[in-house]
Amino acid sequence: MSLTHSLFENALVLAPTGRLDHDNCEAFREDLAPHLEGAAKDGTSIVLDLSRLEYVSSAGLRCFMLAAKQAKAQNSRIVIAAMQPVVSEIFQIARFNLVFEAYPKVRDALAALSPAAVAAFDRG
Amino acid sequence: MRVRFWGTRGSIPVALTAADIRDKVAQALFRADGRRFASVGEAYAFAVKELDFSLSHTFGGHSPCVELESGTDEYFVCDMGSGARPFGAHVLARQSGRPARINVFMSHVHWDHIMGFPFFGPAYVPGTHIRIHGCHDVVEHAFRLQQAPPCFPVEFSQLAADIEFVTLAPGRAHEISGVRVTPAQQMHSGDSFGYRFEVGGKSVVYTTDSEHKLENRAQTERFVRFFQEADLVVFDAMYSLADAISVKADWGHSSNIIGVELCQMARAKHLVLFHHEPAYDDDAIEGILRETRRFEELTRGTQPLQVSAAFDGLEVDV
Repeated sequence: MSLTHSLFENALVLAPTGRLDHDNCEAFREDLAPHLEGAAKDGTSIVLDLSRLEYVSSAGLRCFMLAAKQAKAQNSRIVIAAMQPVVSEIFQIARFNLVFEAYPKVRDALAALSPAAVAAFDRG
Repeated sequence: MRVRFWGTRGSIPVALTAADIRDKVAQALFRADGRRFASVGEAYAFAVKELDFSLSHTFGGHSPCVELESGTDEYFVCDMGSGARPFGAHVLARQSGRPARINVFMSHVHWDHIMGFPFFGPAYVPGTHIRIHGCHDVVEHAFRLQQAPPCFPVEFSQLAADIEFVTLAPGRAHEISGVRVTPAQQMHSGDSFGYRFEVGGKSVVYTTDSEHKLENRAQTERFVRFFQEADLVVFDAMYSLADAISVKADWGHSSNIIGVELCQMARAKHLVLFHHEPAYDDDAIEGILRETRRFEELTRGTQPLQVSAAFDGLEVDV
C-alpha cells in the first residue's frame, strides 16, 4: 500500500495503491494523518483517488469513515473519485455510497469542490 | 445436527400487514401473467420456483429463538424470544404428552430474547424439565421479573415445569447432555454471550447481539478462533457496515460485511444472516442477502462460504 499526493490549488488528491485491509489499515491511517492535518490548516478539501485501489476491507472502509469524520470536524471535506468496479461494489454493499460523495473521475470530483482546483488540474 | 429457526427478527417482533399480503398476492398474480393452474399444487410449484422468495414468503416475524436438534432426546434452544411460542407448540406436539427435557442457552436477557418464555407451552406442563443456561448472573431475575405483576397474569412461580438456572463460565467448554457447549463473551450493552455447539464432529456457532470493533485486532482474532471451521455461523447482521461504525456505533450489533470477513478468516462453511432489522421489509432483506453473496464472491479465498438469510421456519442440516 502506498499513498501518493498532488495539490491542485485548494484541493489535495490522495491516491492509495494496492489493497487496503486489516493488515495495513493502521499504516494507511498514519500515512493519511499529516495530510488531514495539513488540509485542516490550509483549508483544502481532499479527493481520494481510488483508481489504483484494488480492494478494500471493512477495516479499510473504517479508515475512510474516520478520515471523513475528522475532515468534517475540521471544516474540511473528503470526496471519493475513480473507484474501480470491485471497490465501487463494496462501497455499495457496505452502504458507504450513502456516506461519501463519489465521482467517476478525479476531474469531476475537483470540479465539484472548487473551480480553482479543476482549473489547476486542467492546466496539468 | 439440524438447526431450526423459530424467531429471526431483532429487537422486536414484526408482522406482515393486510396491505403487505395484498401487495404480495397482487404482484404474484401479475407475475403469473394469465397462466392457468390445474391444481393448487401447480400454483404452489409456480410460487416456489418462479417467484422471488420475498414475494412468495416472508422472512418473518418472531424475535430470536433457534433450536438445535442434536440427535439426543433432549431439546437445545438458543434464546426465548417470541419464537419460543411456536417452538413450544412444536415441542408439545412432538412429545405427545411425554414431559420434555429442554436446554435453553441465553445470549442475554434483553426483552426481545426473553419475551417468548411466558408463552412457552412446555413451561406449563408438569414433569417438564427446563434448564436455562447463561453466563449473566441476572438471568433468573429477568425471567421472574417479566412475569411479575403488573406485567403478566401468570407469575413465574406458578409455572408447572421444573425450571433450573445454570450459570456457565465463558471461554471454556461444557459437556451438556452429550453436546459440547462453549460460550464466548461479546460486546453488547450489558454484555452478551455467543455459543459454539459441537456434537458428532459438527459445529454450530450462535452469535447474536454482538458488535465487532474493527480496531480491536485481539477481539477479531478471538472471534476467528470461536468461529474456526464452524459448519454454521448464525450471525447478527442487523445493520449495514456504514451504520454499524458511524451512527449506530456502540449499539451492540454488527453487519453482513463483518460476518463474511470473520467467517472467511475462520474458514467457516455457512453464514446465516440473523437478527434482521425490524424496519426492513422482505425485499430489503432479500436485497441484503443478494449483496452479501456477491461480497462473498468478490472476497473469496480458496474456500467458498455459503450465505443464507434466516427466516422463521428455516431448517439447516449440518
